[in-house]
Amino acid sequence: MASVHRLGEPVVVVDGVEKSFGATPVLRHVSMAVRRGETVCIIGPSGSGKSTLLRCVNALTPIDKGSIVVAGREVHDPALDKLALRRDVGIVFQQYNLFPHRTALQNVMMAPLHVLKQDKAEVEARARRLLDKVGLSAKLAAYPGELSGGQQQRVAIARSLAMGPKVMLFDEVTAALDPETKKEVLVTIRDLAAEGMTCILVTHEMGFAREVADHVYFTDGGVIVEDGAPAELFAAPREPRTKAFLEQVL
Amino acid sequence: MKGAATDLPVLRPFRAPPVAATGWSPVALASAGAGATLAILFAGSLAFAQAAGGAREPAYVAVMRWTPLIVQGFLFNLSISVLSMALGTAVGAMFGLGQLSQGAATRRLSWAATQFFRNAPWLVLLFYAMFLLPFEMRVAGVTISFPAWAKAVVGLALPVAANVSEIVRGGVRSIPLAQWESAESLAFTRRQTLWMIILPQAVKRMTPPWMNLYAILTMATTLISVVGIQDGLTITRAALVAESRPELMMPMYLLLLLLFFAYCYPIARATLALERRFHVKG
Amino acid sequence: MIAAFFERLNETQGVNFSIFYDAFDRGRFLTGLWTTIYLCAASILASLALGLIGLWFSESRSKLPRLAMRAYVQFFRNTPPLVQLSFLYFAVGGLLPAIPDGAGGRMPLIGGAGWAIIAFSLFAGAFNVEIFRAGVEAVPPTMIEAAESLGYGRFQLYREIVLPLAFRVSLPALGNNLVNLVKTTTLAYAIAVPELLYAASQIWSESFNVREMMNVLLVTYVALVAGLVWCLGRWEKAMRIPGYSS
Repeated sequence: MASVHRLGEPVVVVDGVEKSFGATPVLRHVSMAVRRGETVCIIGPSGSGKSTLLRCVNALTPIDKGSIVVAGREVHDPALDKLALRRDVGIVFQQYNLFPHRTALQNVMMAPLHVLKQDKAEVEARARRLLDKVGLSAKLAAYPGELSGGQQQRVAIARSLAMGPKVMLFDEVTAALDPETKKEVLVTIRDLAAEGMTCILVTHEMGFAREVADHVYFTDGGVIVEDGAPAELFAAPREPRTKAFLEQVL
Repeated sequence: MKGAATDLPVLRPFRAPPVAATGWSPVALASAGAGATLAILFAGSLAFAQAAGGAREPAYVAVMRWTPLIVQGFLFNLSISVLSMALGTAVGAMFGLGQLSQGAATRRLSWAATQFFRNAPWLVLLFYAMFLLPFEMRVAGVTISFPAWAKAVVGLALPVAANVSEIVRGGVRSIPLAQWESAESLAFTRRQTLWMIILPQAVKRMTPPWMNLYAILTMATTLISVVGIQDGLTITRAALVAESRPELMMPMYLLLLLLFFAYCYPIARATLALERRFHVKG
Repeated sequence: MIAAFFERLNETQGVNFSIFYDAFDRGRFLTGLWTTIYLCAASILASLALGLIGLWFSESRSKLPRLAMRAYVQFFRNTPPLVQLSFLYFAVGGLLPAIPDGAGGRMPLIGGAGWAIIAFSLFAGAFNVEIFRAGVEAVPPTMIEAAESLGYGRFQLYREIVLPLAFRVSLPALGNNLVNLVKTTTLAYAIAVPELLYAASQIWSESFNVREMMNVLLVTYVALVAGLVWCLGRWEKAMRIPGYSS
């Protein structure tokens, strides 16, 4: 069952975004609005532009046309203060998130210390709290090479949370994990969503989408083919492409 | 709780970026740029020498006069490199296979020889060969004279052999164990496996580092000028002494550098292309 | 006692290790050894610095520094180091002004040892640039994106994340290159820098003990290289990250 609390104003507004890599169009006129506290899942076949969309939202990839507004900031503006944006938006990737030459605790502490220049004692306390929240208080001094994939992803989530974001983006974060470790990460994200964090997930985990998402978008070929509440989308998809995709994966 | 395999990929092997199918890649451009810069420097220093020359004959005429001789010297360098490479490869392959042998004594001896000749400076080994090889040998009643250049060939072949030994060892060891195991299960002897199955595959992987070694050797042939053998560098120096015009030093040295660059750079590019094609790891 | 042993060896067997019993020869040998170590150390440090500078230029956003760096690398990698040294010492050195040497004469601004260090540093530096670049490219792009998403600026990103990781990856190839540099210092012989090979050649031309000096030389260089390899091994161990597999 999706989030129980009230959903607020739109915090991420994507409007008519187009993006091509060279001659290949990857996003063709994508529009969506995510409200504060909402959990949104983006599903679809590989190459449909899902990951690119996430990267555009936090300005890792510039867009060709359209606009993206996150928490009142225009991401597509070339004069954007990227640091301010990245305080508001956290992202967790599929692989190679953590810095292997630092311990889990140091990984979580690094950005607030170096980038935000916050007080060390305060940052450390926050880092310990976050790592405890994701269930890794026993692994503070472990290096990423000593952690399992699922543990690494949880540390990555804690690290993004340490910056105090308003929106969290997840780019297929469980795709590289085996089934046992997938669960621990998904549980962490579910709890995060239940606390009211605005989450946008690109995922193949249909079960998760059905249970936790407030809204699901299906993309194919660079456009949003269909979107709706998970109950409706999964049970009775309207578009033939959606049907075909769901038949394949479910 | 068991930890899932973490493949921290930071030690990913370096993959050279793919070259554009059409047009010039940045490396080609810049390297052609290096060659062009050399050529421009050469022409520029020549022009400068011209201006500084004054009443004497034009600089470019002087350089032109010596060019055939310098080129001859350069070709001599190349012949030495070819001979040394052939000798060094043959001996080095032996040592390489020796390092892989079943017998502990052969293995240790080959390893020791390889390490010793790899860690010694090329110039010292050259001196070693020049001084300690006899100037003639009696073999089965026949006297073979050992001219200086032959000793130099042997002297340069020593470090080449050591490096080839390492290349062979590395190449053979990079073939997956599964190949050995399948051959064994088909009742191949170890020798048959090595020669009929492993080596043919390994040779491909050995080719890029081997070509790289040849380029290094070619550049090292200039060392023979230090032990008193006439090569491109000696001739360049002699030419400068003969002309005794200091403004000619730049153009003449640049000429020699250009000759070597023109020879070694294509080899380097070909090596890179082969590396990409064979996807040689690490 | 050692001296007595070697003297007897010379008298009875004709095997002349003069550096062990003759103070003058030993002095020359040790001076040569010290000069070689000095050349190695200076060239290693300078080439590492050049490698880092070259890395910075080749990662630059604008095209000119990148191309200039590539041209530098290709030039020094595809031409003989001895000719490079001769070019710098004779041709470029010849252009520089001469300064008074305090005894009424004139001496060149940069001496043989100076040019040797410059030439070797440029030569090894070119290889270092490539090695460092390979190390930087081995850092996964996602890690860099993750750091960017946390708000790291370009310079901080390099300092905190890319360089520490790239350096660890580069260490084996870098070690190889530094070993080569130690071997290359013998080229300074050609411009009469009084390093080890030069000292040895002086000794054997006077004491006629070529074979013995050659062997001593070989053993000494192998020992020098072994020393460097040991230092690098210690360094690599100190930089090791737990859980890393190589």
